[in-house]
Amino acid sequence: MDLRYTDAEEQFRLELRTWLASVLPDVGPPPARDDWQARRDYDAAWQRMLFDAGYAGINWPAEYGGRGATPTEHLVFLEETERARAPYVGMNFVGLLHAGPTLVVEATDAQKTAHLPGILRGDQIWCQGFSEPNAGSDLASLRTKAVRDGDDYVLSGQKIWTSFAHVADYCEILVRTDPDAPKHKGITWLILPMDTPGIDIRPLRTMEGSTEFAEMFLDEVRVPVANRVGDENDGWRVAMVTLSFERGTAFVSEMLQTLELCRDLAELARHITRGSATAWDDQGLRRELGHLAAELDALWALTKRNISEATRTGLVGVGGNVFKLAYSDLRHRLGELALRLLERASLSLDDLGELPTGRHVQGRIHGISISIAAGTSQVQKNIVAERVLGLPKDR
Amino acid sequence: MDFWLTDEQQALADMVAAFAADRFPPEHTAVTEDTDEVVNPTAWSALGELGVFSLTADGMGVREAAVVFEQLGRGLVPGPLVATWLAAGLIDGAADGTVAVTLCEPQPDATLVEHAAMAPVCLVFTDEALWSVPTASLRPVRVERPLDAGAPVWQVTDDVNPAGLGGTQLASGEEALTLWRTGVVLTAAMAAGVAAGAGELATAYAKEREQFGRPIGGFQAVKHLCADMLVHTEVARSAVYAAACALDGASDDDPGVAVSAAKVVAGEAALANGRAGIQVHGGMGFTWEVHAQRYWKRAVTLDATFGTADTHALRVADAL
Repeated sequence: MDLRYTDAEEQFRLELRTWLASVLPDVGPPPARDDWQARRDYDAAWQRMLFDAGYAGINWPAEYGGRGATPTEHLVFLEETERARAPYVGMNFVGLLHAGPTLVVEATDAQKTAHLPGILRGDQIWCQGFSEPNAGSDLASLRTKAVRDGDDYVLSGQKIWTSFAHVADYCEILVRTDPDAPKHKGITWLILPMDTPGIDIRPLRTMEGSTEFAEMFLDEVRVPVANRVGDENDGWRVAMVTLSFERGTAFVSEMLQTLELCRDLAELARHITRGSATAWDDQGLRRELGHLAAELDALWALTKRNISEATRTGLVGVGGNVFKLAYSDLRHRLGELALRLLERASLSLDDLGELPTGRHVQGRIHGISISIAAGTSQVQKNIVAERVLGLPKDR
Repeated sequence: MDFWLTDEQQALADMVAAFAADRFPPEHTAVTEDTDEVVNPTAWSALGELGVFSLTADGMGVREAAVVFEQLGRGLVPGPLVATWLAAGLIDGAADGTVAVTLCEPQPDATLVEHAAMAPVCLVFTDEALWSVPTASLRPVRVERPLDAGAPVWQVTDDVNPAGLGGTQLASGEEALTLWRTGVVLTAAMAAGVAAGAGELATAYAKEREQFGRPIGGFQAVKHLCADMLVHTEVARSAVYAAACALDGASDDDPGVAVSAAKVVAGEAALANGRAGIQVHGGMGFTWEVHAQRYWKRAVTLDATFGTADTHALRVADAL
């Protein structure tokens, strides 16, 4: 049990830090939030820089062009890019962390050749078509149908939460190929080119005010059978493959940002006037913030435990679910504390002069999404209780 | 970085868990509690023979001690365990379990000392140093009804001035600070163990107790309580291990912040799980017979030892 990095890990860090220092001055500020084409170009350009320097697909196997880094090196990569304020994975998220890893394991050679290098270079942007209006937590009940017609599947239905759909090149999509089979047994995983006729994309405005999400309507969309990954009706298993790629690093960037947010909140409290003193002189507030900061330190330690477990066993155990449950709860409480601290200044999403209100109010709203995205906390608790603790499945 | 128990550390945990279950089963605790000496000298020397107090002399660090104390907490093993561990090497007989050593943390309005009858020596931390005093010199008076029957308490009404009580200064400066921090993290480790034990007891009960024709653990309202308990436990363990690494120099973290964070998180976890554990047991949870209440009471005892979660939260905040 040792939290220190090895010499090799520190060497990796040093090389990365040197590289980041040399290239980041040439990377401009990120484009406006809803300028989708500019954001695509920005994220793709950053991915290309990573690729040229040998940092693309940091956790991908080397034989598919990745770096084949250890989970701890991946952690170091995320620590250093965050520290240097390098661009985020952004629109490359689905390709690099979801669709790509699935293709590595399940795709044909032709499919790998067609997509993996493009994802690594930032040439191919992917989106995800899994959830549907009536298939959220119960994803396997999805109904978008795919009917075989010669060498094509013909897709009709509706997907939701499809981030970046308007600028993506491909979509990893789950469709119903056998409506009569038990729900998990009639699903197929397809590669859907987003320029196929019959796709209608409508932006979905979130409570943050952004249009990152979209709804995707499919009307008789023809997808070649050659675009199927895995067997027909075996798509549920294929979709689950991605989960086996998680090495405990999924929330590292989030965690680092939240640690900084917490420190900034303390700084803010030292500047906010309360009566004849500052908010920081309120012991109740300091105590509350101290509780949250302690939990945050614990979750950072848990992150390292999860990564260490993955290094040893190849998988993250219950720690992954535990992390998400504790982290989303903590973000709610930290966010609410920020709003209470700001009082009426919390009514602005923009910074107010010297007061960095925007960051904290925006952070509060983002925190709301964490206990919902990628499995609500309620579903996560069922999973922990049933699969880990062995409690009965009855509802 | 390898932030995971080594095989040796896991074996140590398993050994202590088995010892606690064998030597201090809940039945044993239920019989001896409410007496002056909840642990008799034979049982105490068994802990000494196991090596609980002599880990440092045996070449092990705070990490191993944390692993051991987590299991002692999980097994609700009674006695002045942390103080005796700290005294090992400083007070004759502490390391091998022939002398039990307790702790006095003076509090302006009421000073309570646990296990005064079985511990002839008492540690006192002042701002600058660590002292030992003869427990008798404190003139402790037994409190008739302690909250935690496994941790009987005596009240000290005199001013606690170690030098004036024939005390001996055992350590000062950095050394005393490190010992205090180690006391904090081992107490936190026990709290993490209490959190684990309370969760395991409640989860086992939720599987077997039937109402409305099925196990209550099948109801989401109950299973979510059990899931929450596991979450609290795992987060607490992470904080405790990180703090132990910091004290062993196996981390770049500030040890002061790390031990306070561990005390906050593990203390809160033990209290929350103690409370939820009783809740899952329903009416039976409120009885003396069912052990659920013992975890909550031990959680309160541990939270009030080496600084409450609230006081350590302020330390963490001040480091922000």
